[in-house]
Amino acid sequence: MKNFSGKVLFLDRSDINTDEIIPAKYLTEITKEALKPYLLEDLVLEGFNHKHDLQDKAVIVTRANFGCGSSREHAPWALEVNGINVVIAESFARIFRQNMFNCGMMAIELPKEKIDYLFANYAGKETFISVDVENDTIVVTSGEQREEIKYTISEFDKTLVKEGGWVGYADKHY
Amino acid sequence: MGKTLAEKIFDAHRIDMPFPETHVLKLDMVFCHEITTPIAITDLMARGMDRVFDPTKIKAVIDHVTPAKDSKTAEQGKILREWARRHGIKDFFDIGRNGVCHALFPEKGFVRPGYTIIMGDSHTCTHGAFGAFAAGVGTTDLEVGILKGVCAFRTPKTIKIVLNGTLKPGVYAKDVILYIIKELTVNGATDKVIEFTGPVVDAMSMEARMTLCNMAIEAGGTCGVCYPDMKTVEYLWEYIKDEFASKEEALQEYSKWISDADAQYEKVYEFDVSHLEPLVTYGYKPDQVKTVREMEGTEVDQIYIGSCTNGRIEDLRVAAAVLKGKKISDHVRAIVSPATPEVYAQALKEGLIEIFLDAGFCVTNPTCGACLGMSNGVLASGEVCASTTNRNFNGRMGKGGMVHLMSPATAAATAIAGKITNSPLFQG
Repeated sequence: MKNFSGKVLFLDRSDINTDEIIPAKYLTEITKEALKPYLLEDLVLEGFNHKHDLQDKAVIVTRANFGCGSSREHAPWALEVNGINVVIAESFARIFRQNMFNCGMMAIELPKEKIDYLFANYAGKETFISVDVENDTIVVTSGEQREEIKYTISEFDKTLVKEGGWVGYADKHY
Repeated sequence: MGKTLAEKIFDAHRIDMPFPETHVLKLDMVFCHEITTPIAITDLMARGMDRVFDPTKIKAVIDHVTPAKDSKTAEQGKILREWARRHGIKDFFDIGRNGVCHALFPEKGFVRPGYTIIMGDSHTCTHGAFGAFAAGVGTTDLEVGILKGVCAFRTPKTIKIVLNGTLKPGVYAKDVILYIIKELTVNGATDKVIEFTGPVVDAMSMEARMTLCNMAIEAGGTCGVCYPDMKTVEYLWEYIKDEFASKEEALQEYSKWISDADAQYEKVYEFDVSHLEPLVTYGYKPDQVKTVREMEGTEVDQIYIGSCTNGRIEDLRVAAAVLKGKKISDHVRAIVSPATPEVYAQALKEGLIEIFLDAGFCVTNPTCGACLGMSNGVLASGEVCASTTNRNFNGRMGKGGMVHLMSPATAAATAIAGKITNSPLFQG
């Protein structure tokens, strides 16, 4: 399994689309690594600086409909090559969510109240999240604060995460 | 209990249900283009699995950047081209025979009612206009599709949209779908199939239905679908005539791909579109929609007519009808990209290309190009484009640019005025 823990980047906006995550002009790259400098380059979010704010981050916490728009798997790849294998959101666009699990990455959905709570209590502070894949739980820590939050995930998606993605699974079963 | 069209297609294609709500479907078609397929190909090669499940069920095209604009895009084309040759994929459309995938593949007769189709392109939902289940997927799903001919989906919940009334002259499928996206919002149909039904859809051509289904993804939808009818049969007839004794027989066969009257829907919307007027987007989300009247006078720098949404022959006919005998404003530049070589040839034959040229348009070869800011009409920062495409995301047609989505009629009228305005085809 990939690494599912580390420092959190809070992106306080809904409907962040895949063109913002990785602009189409970089889709001519044929290696994943080449996408690294361009992650979230076109994100419309006041105060966000993609060169500075992504450093050392391993988890993104955001709002609703993350990853809408294009089917480009370059979006999860751009996250992956920047060391971010987990996105926690109120909801995801279908193709993006599937792409994450197909790559053995995690797209975790939490109810709006939980997302609101995370933003209210942790955004702006140095926060760490680690995902306990076996127990469907995220562990949030910041300074002295520590808490566990349960999430729900489909058995299929969890299997893909544990087996490292869809290609291996499909090759074994079909 | 009755079944929806999507449920019927799932039942006919399911080969496994490894977990609850997870349906692994057999694929009838896997469509490929040069942006999302090369990485799937190189990954298969690296895994020592450079195989295809069935070369007759894989169709490939170079369409996003064509002819190649630089070494990187030339390399992408080369990977796809060599792969198609290596595996005997006969339906590979190279430069000169290529067009925008979601216009080209239906035109070539590759879509049938009841089919399952995937492609590494979010606007694959377009093909649902034929009563098929067609979904955009990422490169990994595409890779498994190429290798095994299968793809996994969640249980397909369906939203039914009944379009009642009659569209006013000058109001088109593009205006209807912008209205629907505004009502549903950009994630209102996430994980759901959108069924477009009702007398307005019945009256629409296949081209117009493709425009509707094309933008289902802009409301988050997995696929947009229309029920097959005689128009579907007529459109496909050249390709299916050996399979059926008559068009009526074809229609009867395809009629099994219609939802049952007692099918269960997630939600049903009834819209009377008789009073709908031409619409246009503002902002960076496709659900940010206003009437053209509200946006009247907004200055633009570029007009773009083309794409998988509105680059078909009917679209060019409407735009040319507005442009005939007119010139575009001195303050703008305008580009038209016929979506396929067949559309281009037909437009030439009908004198439409001459009208575009006389008006001051640049006519480009068929390509996705400017729609996603890759080539052939990329915006500079601060520039505004009136576009018949499908996405107005920040930076979509070029970093710092603004895109207003609209119908070909509105785009043509906007080209003449140099600012957003209604076409004279719309009388209010």
